Amino acid sequence: MQHTLAQKLLARAAGRSTVAPGEIVTCCVDLALLLDSGGPRRIWPRLKELGVGVWDPERIVLVTDHFVPAVDAESAAILRLTREFAREFGIRRFFDMQGIGHVVLMEQGLLAPGMFVCGGDSHSSNGGAYAAYVMGLGAIEMTGVVVTGEIWAPVPETIRVNWHGRFGRGVVAKDIMLMLCRELGMENAFRVIEYGGDTVSAMSMAERAVLTNMAAELGAETGLVEADQTTLAALREAGQEPPADALQWRSDAGAAYLAVHSFDAAALEPQVAAPHSPGNSAPVSACPPTRIDQAYVGSCMGAKLSDLRMVAEVLRGRRVASGVRFLVAPASQQTWRDAAADGTLEAITTAGAILLPTGCGACAALGAGVLAEGEVCISSTNRNFKGRMGANSAAVYLGSPYTVAASAVAGRIADPREFLT
Amino acid sequence: MSIRGRAWVFGDGINTDVMAPGLYFKAPMEEMARHCLEAVDPRFASEVRPGDIVVAGRNFGVGSAREQAALALKHLGVGAVLAISFGRIFYRNALNFGLPALFFPAAGEVRPGDLLEVDAVAGQVTNHSLGRQYSVQSLPPHLMAMVASGGLMPYLKARLQGQSG
Repeated sequence: MQHTLAQKLLARAAGRSTVAPGEIVTCCVDLALLLDSGGPRRIWPRLKELGVGVWDPERIVLVTDHFVPAVDAESAAILRLTREFAREFGIRRFFDMQGIGHVVLMEQGLLAPGMFVCGGDSHSSNGGAYAAYVMGLGAIEMTGVVVTGEIWAPVPETIRVNWHGRFGRGVVAKDIMLMLCRELGMENAFRVIEYGGDTVSAMSMAERAVLTNMAAELGAETGLVEADQTTLAALREAGQEPPADALQWRSDAGAAYLAVHSFDAAALEPQVAAPHSPGNSAPVSACPPTRIDQAYVGSCMGAKLSDLRMVAEVLRGRRVASGVRFLVAPASQQTWRDAAADGTLEAITTAGAILLPTGCGACAALGAGVLAEGEVCISSTNRNFKGRMGANSAAVYLGSPYTVAASAVAGRIADPREFLT
Repeated sequence: MSIRGRAWVFGDGINTDVMAPGLYFKAPMEEMARHCLEAVDPRFASEVRPGDIVVAGRNFGVGSAREQAALALKHLGVGAVLAISFGRIFYRNALNFGLPALFFPAAGEVRPGDLLEVDAVAGQVTNHSLGRQYSVQSLPPHLMAMVASGGLMPYLKARLQGQSG
């Protein structure tokens, strides 16, 4: 019997030889990611109410990212409580203001093929790029996870999405996801999206994580990419020796998929999602000329080193349009250091863009860069729901870092291919 | 587990950000709940009454893991949520707070203000205003006990007491 990667990962976590779609299984959690947003501030009072501590401090990773740096007394209090929680429960892997949690897990080499991980944030699926099963959960269920070390999971059907060929100039993984939000829809609960094909095999881990991160927008249980040499190399680069069985974490040939889709990367254009849904996307060439007030590059989705390099590539020798504020918040301190060392940050600031501290920030209307009533923004983030980045009447468009940077230079939503040679 | 209340009707793709807007994320639940769904229906938070039932189209609660989306509905006294389908984390959060969330394919037949009665255990929805009764999928068996006990916290308490006793 052939099995999908998702079935294999859940069978291992549930201590079973096999599992079948439709079953509900109880899984042992290898790693739990807690963030300042839905972490200690919501979980600690519940632990007190239950009169218990955490099941295993060594299996908890705690990150401050949503409310950093503190902008008012409320966010400062949330951060203080988060730091006290780390001390109280001896959480050794506490990353305070070091970057956005999903990116920190990658940088620290904390994800490995075969793992079962729970994260208190919908974009936890990001980690599926490492052939680990990563479930996003609310704080109430993360409370259960840190008390018991267990969680129930439906065994999902898998949709396989293959991409073949090479991208044209100015087209990247983000464009795949904006297109898939339209083509596959955003209603894929009880399903996993598994990405493959030679286009995906050729991608860096940073680009693969774009695919798995936005599996959340597809509404899927999680997103997965099978383990290969790129996965192993990324782990070694992060200072971790891959598990001996790492390369076995792939779907069997002939595994039963709910559907298999195949797309041609060379035929894909840069995509833009119009307000107020990632599924409301179209090729940038079909997007009417739209004046912008703000361009934003940030979040777990669109501000890793490769994203900032795309921005710099567009901005070199150009200026941000007058009347447009272009805000760039690197996804982590490591990203910041790397982008400073290779001249990327200099290119960004020389063109007139403004650097913001690392954190979730304006993506979720929590930090610097929120929008006023009626303002228009194009953003490299993953969600553009009404009110997501500030006022309810603000209009948020989503695009790749290339498209966001091109638009910042043009002062209107622009096709990045006009700016790349 | 019978819940009776007036229907509040919403369309497709109602997301977590409009139920629990980021701008009020740091505020106490009392304040956040006042802004629940205001971007879609500004009257909802002030006029919804305990026991009222939210009826929605496809993918209700798509988006974020923020449990405040389900909590805000619960805080406002919403007795149950009926939708054609749900965002996965919202669905889990709602049940873990003891807020029944049921798949209801006939959501489109319900009119705002209709008097509804929901039995989540039996899997029955009655629209008294229309005089129609529907059989729906009841709560998943593995979660029935948890929802019936009021959600994950009471369930965990009982489990921990069982271990120590």
